Amino acid sequence: MFIAITSLTLLGLILGTLLGIAARVFHVESDSVTAEIVAMMPGTNCGQCGLAGCQAAADALIEGTAPATVCPGGGAALAEAIAARLGIPLGAMEDSGPKVATISEDICIGCSKCAKACATDAILGAAKQIHGVLDEACTGCGGCLDLCPTGAIALQPQAQTLQNWNWAHPLAA
Amino acid sequence: MGILDKFLKTSWGVHPHEDHKRPAADVPLRGLPLPKRLAVPLLQHVGAPAKPLVAVGDQVLRGQLIAAAQGNVSAPIHAPSSGVVSAIGPVTAPHPSGLDFDAITIDLDGEDRAVEFTAVEDPLMLAPEEVTRRIAEAGIVGLGGATFPSAPKAQLGRKHAVRTLVINGGECEPYLSSDDCVMRSNSNEVVDGVRILLHATGASEALIGIEDNKPEAIAAMRAAATGIQQIRVCPVPARYPMGSDRQLVQVLTGLEVPAGARTASIGVLVNNVSTCAAIHRALRLGEPLIHRIVTINGGAVARPGNVRVPVGTLVEDLLAFVGLKETPARLVMGGPTMGAALPHGAVPTVKGCGGILALTAAEIAKPEPSPCVRCGSCARACPMGLLPMEIAARVAARDYDGAEKLQLDDCLSCGCCAYVCPSNLPLVHAFSHAKGEIWKRAQQKKRNEFTKQLAQARIERQAREARERAEAAARRKAERAAQLAAEKAAAARPQETGA
Repeated sequence: MFIAITSLTLLGLILGTLLGIAARVFHVESDSVTAEIVAMMPGTNCGQCGLAGCQAAADALIEGTAPATVCPGGGAALAEAIAARLGIPLGAMEDSGPKVATISEDICIGCSKCAKACATDAILGAAKQIHGVLDEACTGCGGCLDLCPTGAIALQPQAQTLQNWNWAHPLAA
Repeated sequence: MGILDKFLKTSWGVHPHEDHKRPAADVPLRGLPLPKRLAVPLLQHVGAPAKPLVAVGDQVLRGQLIAAAQGNVSAPIHAPSSGVVSAIGPVTAPHPSGLDFDAITIDLDGEDRAVEFTAVEDPLMLAPEEVTRRIAEAGIVGLGGATFPSAPKAQLGRKHAVRTLVINGGECEPYLSSDDCVMRSNSNEVVDGVRILLHATGASEALIGIEDNKPEAIAAMRAAATGIQQIRVCPVPARYPMGSDRQLVQVLTGLEVPAGARTASIGVLVNNVSTCAAIHRALRLGEPLIHRIVTINGGAVARPGNVRVPVGTLVEDLLAFVGLKETPARLVMGGPTMGAALPHGAVPTVKGCGGILALTAAEIAKPEPSPCVRCGSCARACPMGLLPMEIAARVAARDYDGAEKLQLDDCLSCGCCAYVCPSNLPLVHAFSHAKGEIWKRAQQKKRNEFTKQLAQARIERQAREARERAEAAARRKAERAAQLAAEKAAAARPQETGA
């Protein structure tokens, strides 16, 4: 028993030290552009792009396997910023504006599945209580849509207010 | 504009050949008979909306506080007449979008009973802070149209130790004459308000700038200010947009406000003449801001003129009072250049509303735009020294960063460029759109930052919870082990004694 503990501990220590040294010696500088792109992204790892999180999406952008419009959560503004930073074409984009999740109170059964899964804690509610979405915290990633057993959640365009309303682009100007 | 003007770089602005101010300006001030209903909006100022203090069904009196200010930059709202609160909820806002905002609707009883107002014998004997507090309590905001709450503005003046008050009697927009009317009919109130404001801000002089197309107002104000050393009435040339604070300050003091800064940063504070009259009433009579003078004008109006109107009166009630000659092609709140087109007449007037225009189709006729010929007229007309044609080209290409680099932020939206444009380009529309886009992007960026923080916090919380669960499990395991050991020991003991 004592021998087993000692040998395993020693083995762990030696291998750990080796790994630590290797990490220092063979340190790979991560691409600063990737870091920059990751910083621009919503950072919620929502997976709407079909990749494994924001880091993966940034890597794909750098490799050129993803278009500038890869991130639906970031919307048009992010796509344009990425295109400008990487010097890649923006491409055609269907931007229907920012969206937020809404929960239909009539069919919400208060199962809390969506609240637990929300990457930004934008859904409020407790078991057997009707849930609600905090508009300003929701990124519209849609991660909650398929979790709802009653289909009570839908993505809807952000409500127009006096603050966010804007004049249409005057094409003639 | 002579050669000298060109060298002195004062060639900005435009001279609308017909300012449409008269005959409405010369008609004596009328009072509006109390309408049946008022819809008093909660957001009539720059800053946070006021918070309702009354409930549906409550009886309110004239001057009663019905919504409290929220935050540092905000203003309270008072009931303009007596009646019963019938609704608190959305009404159409005086905004080109036609969207709603919240208002307190009061069904008036027609008796116009008032709360007791606490007047001050001599406001000049009060401490400046106390004067400012009373201005804040009266819900006074800048009545020139910008609706910045007056109390924080006075505080800003004290903080920056301003020397000069510029009192804005420019009223340069065509059709409007409400400030003119205030200066003609209530000149003593205005001058007294200026004295109170001088006291509240600690400024040493006040320059009242009045465009020289209002000789009656200049005469009345001069008469009212006679013998008061600190106050000077200064006629200024009639030129649009003379009523813009930066332009008026430059003409009166020769000082130029730096880009992105407030006038207070160069030691000047600008207040409108109607605001001064409201300050007079708030201090001397204790009456909050519940009515104002509104110019009702335009080709479709039968009896145009200035009317004293309770805040929250619906535009359709005002138009019914002055009568319509024909169905207006467009309703505008504010002036024709910077006002907001209204979707319909069931829109409440607000504290910052100086005019309601009912314009005919002929008045709003606009020729079709044609391509920019790069004549540069807009650059000459721009009072801020911008290059509207260059900015418009950027906006047309949706290059908002480029527009921002050309100082779009400094644009006043005064419309001088669009007025002089021989190609009739919708320049102000383009600039408003670009400003909105830039604002939206900034908002989106802030939102991204915020959600990123939330996501990070969630990840940390989950890690902490997992750690706590593991620790709890370990603790339970240890406890169970201890318990087992104890049981074992207890079971072993009788055997020992037995043996």
